[in-house]
This record gives sequence, C-alpha cells and structure tokens, in this order.
Amino acid sequence: MKPLISLQSVSKTYRDITALDKVNLEILEGEVLSLLGPNGSGKTTLLKIIAGIEKPTNGEVRFKSAIVNEGNTAQLRRKTTMVFQKTALFSANVYENIAYGLKLRGLSKIQTQGKVKEALAKVRLEGYEKRQAKKLSGGEQQRVALARALALEPEMLLLDEPTANIDPRNVSIIEDALTRVNKQERTTLVIATHNMFQAEALANRAALLLGGRIVKVGLPQEIFRSPPRLLEEYARLENVFSGTSRVTGEGTTIIDIGQGLQIEAAFQKGGNISVHIRPEDIILSVRPIVSSARNTFEGRITEISDLDTLVKLKIYAGKYFTAQVTKRSFNEMQVNMDSKVFLAFKASAVKII
Amino acid sequence: MATEIEEGLLKALQLIFSADPTVLEVTARSVLISGSATILSVLWGLPIAAAIGLRKFPGRFVVKGIFNSLLGVPTVALGLLLYLVFSKSGALGFLRLLYTPFAMIIGQAALITPIVVSFIANAIESVDPEIKDLAKTLGASETEASVAVMKESLNGIALAIAASFNRAIAELGVALMIGGNIAGVTSVLTTVIALETSREPTPELPIAWTIILLIIVFTVNVAINFIRRRKT
Repeated sequence: MKPLISLQSVSKTYRDITALDKVNLEILEGEVLSLLGPNGSGKTTLLKIIAGIEKPTNGEVRFKSAIVNEGNTAQLRRKTTMVFQKTALFSANVYENIAYGLKLRGLSKIQTQGKVKEALAKVRLEGYEKRQAKKLSGGEQQRVALARALALEPEMLLLDEPTANIDPRNVSIIEDALTRVNKQERTTLVIATHNMFQAEALANRAALLLGGRIVKVGLPQEIFRSPPRLLEEYARLENVFSGTSRVTGEGTTIIDIGQGLQIEAAFQKGGNISVHIRPEDIILSVRPIVSSARNTFEGRITEISDLDTLVKLKIYAGKYFTAQVTKRSFNEMQVNMDSKVFLAFKASAVKII
Repeated sequence: MATEIEEGLLKALQLIFSADPTVLEVTARSVLISGSATILSVLWGLPIAAAIGLRKFPGRFVVKGIFNSLLGVPTVALGLLLYLVFSKSGALGFLRLLYTPFAMIIGQAALITPIVVSFIANAIESVDPEIKDLAKTLGASETEASVAVMKESLNGIALAIAASFNRAIAELGVALMIGGNIAGVTSVLTTVIALETSREPTPELPIAWTIILLIIVFTVNVAINFIRRRKT
C-alpha cells in the first residue's frame, strides 16, 4: 500500500509546551490506523496537523508525496475530514449540519438532499433531517457528526475518540459504519482511542504515542504485548489487571493482582500476565452475592457516569473495577456515591490480554 | 398626587390612541435618530468586534479593555465633549452640525459603540472554539470559517444590537447637549420628558411620552427574545 500521508520529524509547540516531538509516521492508503495514547500525549494535535487544521512548528507533512504548505492546505482539507472528540455541532438542524460541507463544495440542492439522506442512512438516523442537532442524545449527536463527515466522501477520515462516553448501542452503530466505509469505499481511517479493544477490533495497525513521541508502530497485538507498565501508562484501562498467576488443581488459574485480591480465570496460564474483564460482565448487588460466579468482591462506588441508557460505575475494592448497568437497574439498586456494593463475575469472563 | 398620575395615565392613553400629531412626530424622530445611530455604530463596531473576537493580534486585550471601560461613560460627559467639537470654534464647527439630528445620530452612535463592540466581541468569543476547526475540516476557508463562527453568535449579536438601541433611545445627555430640544427639529422623547414636564400645566403629555418610550424599549426586547427563542 502506498503512503497517503507521511510525517517527517513533525513537531508542534505551544509557547513552551511541546505537544509533538519529531514525529515520523506514515499512513497508508486504505488502512485503519489506531493512535493509542493517554490524555495529553498529543493524539488530538497530531490529528489536527494531519487534517490541515494546525500547522506543525517544525517538520514536513506530505499528502500523496506533495509537501503540504500554505498553497495546498485547502486541497488537503477537502480530502480529509476530522470528527472531534467533543461533538461539535452547528446550532441548526441535522440537515443544515450535514449539508454545510456539501454546500461549500458547490453541490446543488437536489444533490445535497440526496447525500444528506445517504449519510444519515449510514449511521441509521433516517428521517432525522429536521431535528435540532443539539437536542439529540450524546450518542445520536456523535452519529450526526460522523454522518456529516461521511457525506463528504473524504479519502481519509480522522476520528478523535469517536466512541468515548457513548453507550454500547451507539458505539456499535458507529463502529459498523466505520468498518463499512473502510471496506466498501476504501476510506483510510485514523482513529485516536484510549480503548485498546476497539483498536484491536477495528485497526490494521496501531501507533503508540507517549509524551508527544511515537514510541511504537505495529500490529495492534504487538503493541498489546508491550510490558504491562507501559500498557497501563498509555491506556485508560478499564478492568485490566496484571499479576503473577498459578494454575490450580481444578484447571483454572488464580491471578494475584495485589492488594490481597485474587482473580480466578477459566484459562490455564502461569507466570506474569495481564487480564481484562468487560464492564458489562460484572454483576452488581447491594447484598452479598451467592452465585456460581467464582469472583466476588466488596467495594465502594467512587464514580458514577451517565451514558444515555446506561450507567457506568467505578468501584474501589482494593483495585478499581468498572461495571456497567442499565439505568433502570441502577435506579432500583438505590445506590449513590460511596455506597457499599458487591460485585461478581464468572471465571470465564476473565480474558487474557 | 396619585389621582394626578391616574388622570395623566388616562389622558396619555387617549393621546396615544388618538394619534396626536406632536406625540407621533416626537416618537418617530426618536426612533429614526436612535435607529440610525444603531445602524451606524454596528457598521463601524462590527468589524472591530469581529477582529477582537476572531483574531489574536497583539494589543487585543488593550483594545478590548478600552471598549469595556467606555461602557460606563456618562452621557453628559460625552455630550459636553461633542458639544465642544461641534460648536462654532470646535474642530468640526465648520460643518455646522450642532443642534441638528445628524449631530445627534453621530453622538448616540459614539455613545453606544462600546456596547456594540464589547457585547459582540464577547458573543463571538463565547462560541465553542472547535466550531472554527469544524468548519475548516469540512472544507471552509479561513473567511468561511469566520462566517460560521459569526453565525453561531447571531443570538449574542442580536442582543447587543437591541441593548445598543435601547441605550440610544433612552439617553438624555447627548440628545440634549448637541440636539438642543428644538421643537419640530431635534426634540426627542427623552428631551421633551426632561424639559417640558415643568413647563406643562398638567403632566399628561410627559406621562404619555414616558409610556411610549417604555413601550418601544419593551417591544424591542420582546422581539429579540422571540427571535432568540425561535433560533435555538
């Protein structure tokens, strides 16, 4: 595959803050590249430079081998479109939002109407044209933002944390739309994400950004095999635990994750390992849980975040666990910040990374 | 006293609804002068506000600070200054503008320019900074992106214009000092209320004018609120 964008020694400084430090990176035509890194590692700045919104302080950006400069930034901007993390919408209806870029490109009203309709279908928001964009739910707003970018049929789509703080139903609609546009229209995708499972599911390649530097580029799996300490540093990991494990006589594995906590897993693997439990696989209760689940812990709620139809809870039980429940069961449990809760998950829900 | 006001009110309403020629004339002149002053101040204030709100030029905060502190300038102080400028021996005395509606328009426009600039600049600055990046990534040029930001701040701009018009039509100092309240030429609502209350045997006329002034101010505010509500 040919490189669509190549960055050579690109740096960006804001006054005395270095956001990017001599970044070298190639983005190949038709690939899905995920940019992994913690908050403040420079992901957004990098995306904005690739999008032609920000100018690098030093270094060179090439788009299809032509150096990007004042004269052709406009052209680059017409071929790449960025979707921002904090959904930015115009104070207008959904139609006006999606039509904005099409109008700039001089499309007729009939052409625009057709493209808007097509784009809304791609994110499954058919018939939403007349709705006020800012009055939609968070997940729907992000889908409108994606539709607005897709309507322009860009060669490259840059996505900054496209599914952060969105409930799973909207996440899967967005992920489906992204997979489809990459497969069917060969659109190159660059996805900045915290979520390494999303990176693994969607991307062909991943680049790890730490403190404004690219520290590793490779297959997503290769990056996940980095030392655990590095992993913990770069991803806002939910329910990822590392420790020493031993195989039991019953054919399961006990992992000692520190703070006196042990997790039992259904696989068999000894040594130093990292495991993950999906937030939706954790069961919560206000009373001690008697069940077949092999892992039960007692903890206190330290964080409650509202995601449309779901509630995400952070629970401290010696380590931080993240659990996800429906809004209805959250209300029924009548819990609050600092409430005592019991959490449980099956040994088979523990996945090795 | 209370019955006087009551009678005054009744009379005032009669005057308004019987379309008294003096009342109509003074009202129309007030709206025309203050309306023109508002248009004029927006013509020169909007580009300044846009520059402050959209660009990061050196000295931007100084310019903003100056306009902010001018917000509270006493109308008589400005009236006196303009009187000196427009009077025969003043710098612009040769234009012979003193005691004409034109001088009043210029004076009121100068008075409300700080409101226009400060309020509009604030409205533009309060637009989500990502809107500009958003417009650009969707293919807008620098100018088109600025237009998109201005469009997002339309609510605030409308409010600034309404506030400016209200300040212009309700001010007395400038209108009196460089207008002179000449009947049939430069008398406006505020000057007739201020000067003719003591001259009139009964207070009906001043009360009628006050009611009209309040109606104009309220109508403008209600209209702006209505437009703002429909937009969002």
